[in-house]
Amino acid sequence: MLRLKNVEVIYDDVILVLKGLSLEVPSGRIVALLGPNGAGKSTTLKAISGLLLSEEGEVTDGAIEFEGQRIDRLLPEEIVRRGVFQVMEGRRVFEDLTVDENITMGGFIRSDRAGLKRDRDLCFDYFPQLKTLRGKLAGYLSGGEQQMLAISRALMARPRCILLDEPSLGLSPKLVQEIFAIIRRINEQEKTTILLVEQNARQALAIAHFAYLMENGRVVLEGETEKVKNNEDVKEFYLGGAGEKRNYKAVKSYRRRKRWLS
Amino acid sequence: MDFFLQLALNGVVVGSIYALVALGFVIIYKSSGVLNFAQGEFLLLGAYVFWALVEGRAPWPYAVALTVLFSILLGLAMERLILRPMIGEPIISVIMVTLGLSSMLRAIVLGAWGTDTRPYPALFASEPVFLGPLPVSRGYLFSMFVAALLLASFTLFFRYSRVGIAMRATAFSQEVAQSMGISVRRIFAVSWSIAAVVSALGGILLGELRGGADGSLAILGLKTLPVVILGGLDSIQGAIVGGLIVGVLENLAGGYLDPIMGGGVKEVAPFAVLVLILMIKPYGLFGKVKIERV
Ligand SMILES: Nc1ncnc2c1ncn2[C@@H]1O[C@H](COP(=O)(O)OP(=O)(O)O)[C@@H](O)[C@H]1O
Ligand SMILES: [Mg+2]
Repeated sequence: MLRLKNVEVIYDDVILVLKGLSLEVPSGRIVALLGPNGAGKSTTLKAISGLLLSEEGEVTDGAIEFEGQRIDRLLPEEIVRRGVFQVMEGRRVFEDLTVDENITMGGFIRSDRAGLKRDRDLCFDYFPQLKTLRGKLAGYLSGGEQQMLAISRALMARPRCILLDEPSLGLSPKLVQEIFAIIRRINEQEKTTILLVEQNARQALAIAHFAYLMENGRVVLEGETEKVKNNEDVKEFYLGGAGEKRNYKAVKSYRRRKRWLS
Repeated sequence: MDFFLQLALNGVVVGSIYALVALGFVIIYKSSGVLNFAQGEFLLLGAYVFWALVEGRAPWPYAVALTVLFSILLGLAMERLILRPMIGEPIISVIMVTLGLSSMLRAIVLGAWGTDTRPYPALFASEPVFLGPLPVSRGYLFSMFVAALLLASFTLFFRYSRVGIAMRATAFSQEVAQSMGISVRRIFAVSWSIAAVVSALGGILLGELRGGADGSLAILGLKTLPVVILGGLDSIQGAIVGGLIVGVLENLAGGYLDPIMGGGVKEVAPFAVLVLILMIKPYGLFGKVKIERV
């Protein structure tokens, strides 16, 4: 279980981004964290993984616990060793390393050779396409292949919890479906807990067990996926229409009605 | 012809030592983006520490081992005392600190050991071995062999070892490296230690070739600057090729042009070629060209 209690995050000592955020990710589940651009989703993941430190961000209040132990205040490398692995937004493969070397880096914290070899094969099992690209520089892969590589790196660390930041970003709808199907398979077969950040609410709700909706640094709605899916506002503003365009008036009316939600 | 070969061979020997020292420079630049202007002083310090140990009656293999140990500690201290407190400061400030460090280290070395040449013991028999018709001193052969061996080992280390790959990963992005559980601090510590060790070994080899340690070694260390710029700041291959080019060029220039021009060409030649090459290849011979996907 990953638990955030009233977490407050401040960047550069002045910019308050998370304003008392609470959420829970029970072991073995997929939990979706939805919300518009700038809501603070990536910040939430970086607060958990400790990567905030290198961006001049700081958890200034509240607590983050993983399996009963506080992990805010730990260094990123210690958090990875505790079993929490973040797949960063925008894939962020090591472009001038080969696919194989990228995968090796995913398993950096481990030293069980046999297990590492097995898990490398497991990656190629999930993403057969990567196998033919092993010797290629990751910078030359397509966006979809890079996302597969980014997820493979996570698999190599054998984490108990993966934090996935917008895996659908910039991918074709077909690829998005493929990647999401694999995320679900990883959750089922490897029993990995997944906290999935997405703007693509439809896809995320299709595989998640539970969902949080955040806006402006706070959770504004939470519930079982079915409940969230059927929420009128979510339908209108996150699932409605092909484009996610919302005009200002609509957002305002949403904000007005949102008060009734919680 | 023999004269040419002799000059070229000397160039290769000295060049391979430049390459070794340049490797240290490249490693620091690659992993942290810092240009270490104290590289020449690492070399100087290594050469003097070795001399002091030998002078204190340590058999030379022990002296080498202790110098290596000393350099590892020096590298760790650099990370601990200089880099870590400067985390979050602009890179340029860190570079300025290495400049300050270079004057400080030089002052310490010259203060402690003075400016006279401190002679090394002769490790090799003085009669040369013959490579075909060419007489080559044993010390030269040995130096070249050691430098080549070290260069090869480090190349393999970066190519295949987990820590070597992690160093390249950190060079690409510290943040992403951290997200894999790589400790960036530790990577920096390893790079500075490696840089200090290769410089010190370079210093010992140069001292051995020149018959002893003296203050001018730091200037030789500074030669790594044209070497690495020539090869491309972030390329290990580049450091090797650049080192050999600079070594051979300056020896040829020294042998053929200095007698005509009345000296000084030896020192200038590498820089002249450097300017020429940079006009054609602004990132150096092997400098990284950013990957652009199409
Ligand atoms: N390193 C940073 N320094 C200052 N402000 C930041 C930084 N990163 C993000 N922010 C700000 O925090 C807010 C939330 O950003 P983010 O967590 O990236 O949102 P999301 O992932 O939901 O799009 C934005 O207003 C953004 O400008
Ligand atoms: Mg984001």
